[in-house]
Amino acid sequence: MLTNVLQFISSRGNEYFCEIDEEYLTDRFNLTGLNVEVQYYQYALDLVTDVFDLDCDDDMREQIEKSARHLYGLVHARYIVTTRGLAKMLDKFKKADFGKCPRVMCTSQPLLPMGQSDVPNTSPVKLYCARCEDIYNPKSSRHAAIDGAYFGTSFQNILFQVYPSMMPAKTQRRYEPRVFGFKVHAAAALMRWQAMQRDDMKDRLQAAKVESGFEEEDEEMESEDELDDEMEGEQVAPPL
Amino acid sequence: MSSSSQVAESWISSFCSLLGHEYFAEVSEDFIEDDFNLTGLQSQVPMYKEALEMILDVEPDDDEDEEDEEDEDEDEEDMLGEGDRPTGYRRAGDRRHMRMASDLSMIESSAELLYGLIHQRFIISRPGIQQMAEKYDLQHFGLCPRVNCNGVKVLPVGCSDTPGQETVKLFCPSCLDVYTPPNSRFQSVDGAFFGTTFGCLFFMTFPELDVGTMRVQTDDRMASDTNSASTIINGIPATSRIPLPPQPSIINGVAPHNLAPGLGTGNIHEPRIYGFRVSERARSGPRMKWLRSRPDDINELDEAKRFWEDQEEVLEDEGTEMEEEAMDGQQGIDADEGSAIAASVKKARKAQLNGGVSPMDTNGVGEGG
Repeated sequence: MLTNVLQFISSRGNEYFCEIDEEYLTDRFNLTGLNVEVQYYQYALDLVTDVFDLDCDDDMREQIEKSARHLYGLVHARYIVTTRGLAKMLDKFKKADFGKCPRVMCTSQPLLPMGQSDVPNTSPVKLYCARCEDIYNPKSSRHAAIDGAYFGTSFQNILFQVYPSMMPAKTQRRYEPRVFGFKVHAAAALMRWQAMQRDDMKDRLQAAKVESGFEEEDEEMESEDELDDEMEGEQVAPPL
Repeated sequence: MSSSSQVAESWISSFCSLLGHEYFAEVSEDFIEDDFNLTGLQSQVPMYKEALEMILDVEPDDDEDEEDEEDEDEDEEDMLGEGDRPTGYRRAGDRRHMRMASDLSMIESSAELLYGLIHQRFIISRPGIQQMAEKYDLQHFGLCPRVNCNGVKVLPVGCSDTPGQETVKLFCPSCLDVYTPPNSRFQSVDGAFFGTTFGCLFFMTFPELDVGTMRVQTDDRMASDTNSASTIINGIPATSRIPLPPQPSIINGVAPHNLAPGLGTGNIHEPRIYGFRVSERARSGPRMKWLRSRPDDINELDEAKRFWEDQEEVLEDEGTEMEEEAMDGQQGIDADEGSAIAASVKKARKAQLNGGVSPMDTNGVGEGG
């Protein structure tokens, strides 16, 4: 028979969760402080660990199930920053279970779930792209309803601290708004300013002898860019 | 072919109501019937004539004459002498009809390609962009997935004007970036059918449009989170921060509040571990903040002004150098004379700066519209 936990994580909309080890769940130390956070804490815990045997009406049962889901989520936030939890989430990340970055220039970089707050019921789960270092809303409204605190603010950064090799190379490639082939001045000026910030950062990193982590092709692109700027005057708008 | 024309609905509106074609505007028949708008498409679309007939729901067999008329403008030779048209041409046309009967699906795909290419041109025309504006208002193209853009409405764009290269993307005016549509059914729609120009031209056509939705401050929510040190940056109202120099009402032809409002301080994701910011120097540290940054002082983007300011600085340096030189070589030139020259040069430059508007200055160009 399927345990309640397995049933929960395999149900629709809960694809972001991983399975918490039973030992982790039953170790009281890991649950410190959650009893004040969760209603019907004891019953909820019993339900999660499959030892629930209370005879109660449906309303009560529903309440307890809701609490159990909440409890599971809060333990989940703690579990996924442990060694075993990170490994499980890494597997899901590699399979792109959390979706892919919608940004075109990120070329389908797998995402990681994260919260904007560690306090429950403040904001729903968001997805973090390690390539553009930005956060996005989940595509599906089912996922958008999950509490961000079930993943926490630290998880995605800890994952890359523990598995630095999983860090994707950054890219400088970007979308340039154009009208009839010509760059649009307002946007282009802003992008030149941003490029300045980026070069400042690169200089800082170089001074500190830290790898910047940008793609190698970007270096080539830079020299091309310079050429491009020189040629700018001669460029012809592509035929419509 | 004949079946589609029997249905009350036109080919165009049935095409636009297909699943995955929600982004398309309905190109008006007037636009398609104007041959000027179709210039050059004949060489890009196989079975061009049949495809055009299909789009316009014209019965091919009944109105041979009409077709001939259509050909006239496309083919210069026809313009010269309608009477003595080469007979080979007619035969080619007949052959094409034969093929059409045998291969409807090919014409259908040709018609879709042709419609897409016409659509690319239509949506940057006045009636087309108006129609797209209505669709934009009704949120037909969806919202930006980026959290800090706060659900800004996006526009469909292409990354290339050549068909068959990239699928349609969504352009967010708030972060000036492009995104893949959330629904996979749009992955079969060619980006060239919207073109590279439309996205930006749209916002240049409607400069009064408020790009960013009035930001419901998510900062308040963050402020309640005591772990978040970003409150130090975001929580303080703008007025109590270091006062900014006067902001222009227009920067590079755009109102500053419409220039990438989703970027800049407070809109950049700050990676944290247990509340502590991850250092830039860490191997997994933040390296992409530049992509989402925007100067607090918008004057920094006025490149022409900054150029002249830099010039002035250089000039001042030169001036002091000259003064020093003059001081050094006392026996040669009179010291006062040396500094007087420097001062006069400086004055002339300053007059140029303040009085005459730089030819590079684009601010105010958009004010007329």
